[in-house]
Amino acid sequence: MSKGDVVLLDCWVSPFCMRVKIALNEKGVEYKHREEDLFGGKSELLLNSNPIHKKVPVLLHDGKPLSESTIIVGYIDETWASPPLLPSCAYGRAKARFWADFIDKKIWRTNGEEREVGTRDFIETLKQLEEALGERNYFGGEGDAFGFVDIIAVGMASWFHAYEKFGGFKVEDHCPKLSAWLKRCKQRESVRKVLPDPEKVYEFLLMFRKMQGLD
Amino acid sequence: MADGGEVKLLGFWGSPYALRVIWALKLKQVPYDYLEEDLPNNKSSLLLQYNPVHKKVPVLVHHGKPIAESLVILEYIDETWKQSPLLPQDPSERARARFWAKFADEKCMPAMKAVFCSEGEEQQKAVLEARETLKTLESGLEGKLFFGGETINFADVATGYIGFWARIVEEITGTSLIDAESMPSLDAWSKRFLELPIIKECMPPWDKLIELNSGFLKMYLASLK
Repeated sequence: MSKGDVVLLDCWVSPFCMRVKIALNEKGVEYKHREEDLFGGKSELLLNSNPIHKKVPVLLHDGKPLSESTIIVGYIDETWASPPLLPSCAYGRAKARFWADFIDKKIWRTNGEEREVGTRDFIETLKQLEEALGERNYFGGEGDAFGFVDIIAVGMASWFHAYEKFGGFKVEDHCPKLSAWLKRCKQRESVRKVLPDPEKVYEFLLMFRKMQGLD
Repeated sequence: MADGGEVKLLGFWGSPYALRVIWALKLKQVPYDYLEEDLPNNKSSLLLQYNPVHKKVPVLVHHGKPIAESLVILEYIDETWKQSPLLPQDPSERARARFWAKFADEKCMPAMKAVFCSEGEEQQKAVLEARETLKTLESGLEGKLFFGGETINFADVATGYIGFWARIVEEITGTSLIDAESMPSLDAWSKRFLELPIIKECMPPWDKLIELNSGFLKMYLASLK
């Protein structure tokens, strides 16, 4: 299954890294992962491989670096064909890319807008996502299969527990279908191997926020 | 040629994002019906129906099915009409093209907007930051004529608007963002790209773009007071 040497510059808590790991797992690709020490300073390899953004994840395929998690997942899908993560028809693919873009723009605010997402906005966004899911089991690849958007979305979901504690709400109360979707995803081996302990994520974010003077 | 079917584009003449979709359709010679939205205040019910999530242009409608977000639309166009391919075949080259498209949208454009919306010392700082992002975009060219090498590719179509947007900001604010001395490669590329016949013939009139964006700036500054 493996075509060449695959190395992932990784961080256990990063939802963006989770996307890449899950995609690699889904494809059965063997890879080495090198954990970046968030507080100890970025490694030489990271700075050399991603000089522009200096961020994880970075995928090194036979030494060639790729950055930006959504782009990496697309690359993985195109390089290792089976199973396909995107639907086969162009319109299905467009819808998948649209929702992946939505998650990045609305939850992670990657397009240069304000950083912190308030609780109310967050719940609104989740509701929109839930509407996109509809009655399906997954956002889909082919048919109702686990696919691209699930992979892009599920990392964020590992931070739900932390958000719930900070925001004083429960996702399940507002978005029961999304909650059920997350439980379903966690049953997949590719996801289960990757998602961190939600309590550990909460503790990490607590510490991170303190360091940033947010609490 | 793949079946065109019925293609509609909801756009706004002043939107660079709609423009890059038009560039892609023209490059592939895909016939389409264009519907002009009366922005910013008078969005049509059709737009709200086709893009309920973001309520923005551009929206491509193909066989009655809407697609929103211009980069998503570009990928759809490339996959549906295979002539004059925009994305390269090789997965790592495709990743590279997508990387620069994303960088222009997420780093260069917001940085230039910050220049546009600020004054005095804050603006000077914004100019430095914007120039940094543009220098980085330049590095993506790797000294070539286009992001696609000898000819244009996805990244050129996606990022080409940065070239004229920088000039708009420069003219309205009296700042300098792309100059031939410090960014020779980017400067040459932007001029070269905008001179391509298909690209050039789609460009809205310069004075109208200046007038439109000067108007936006006035509105924005008024909203702050």
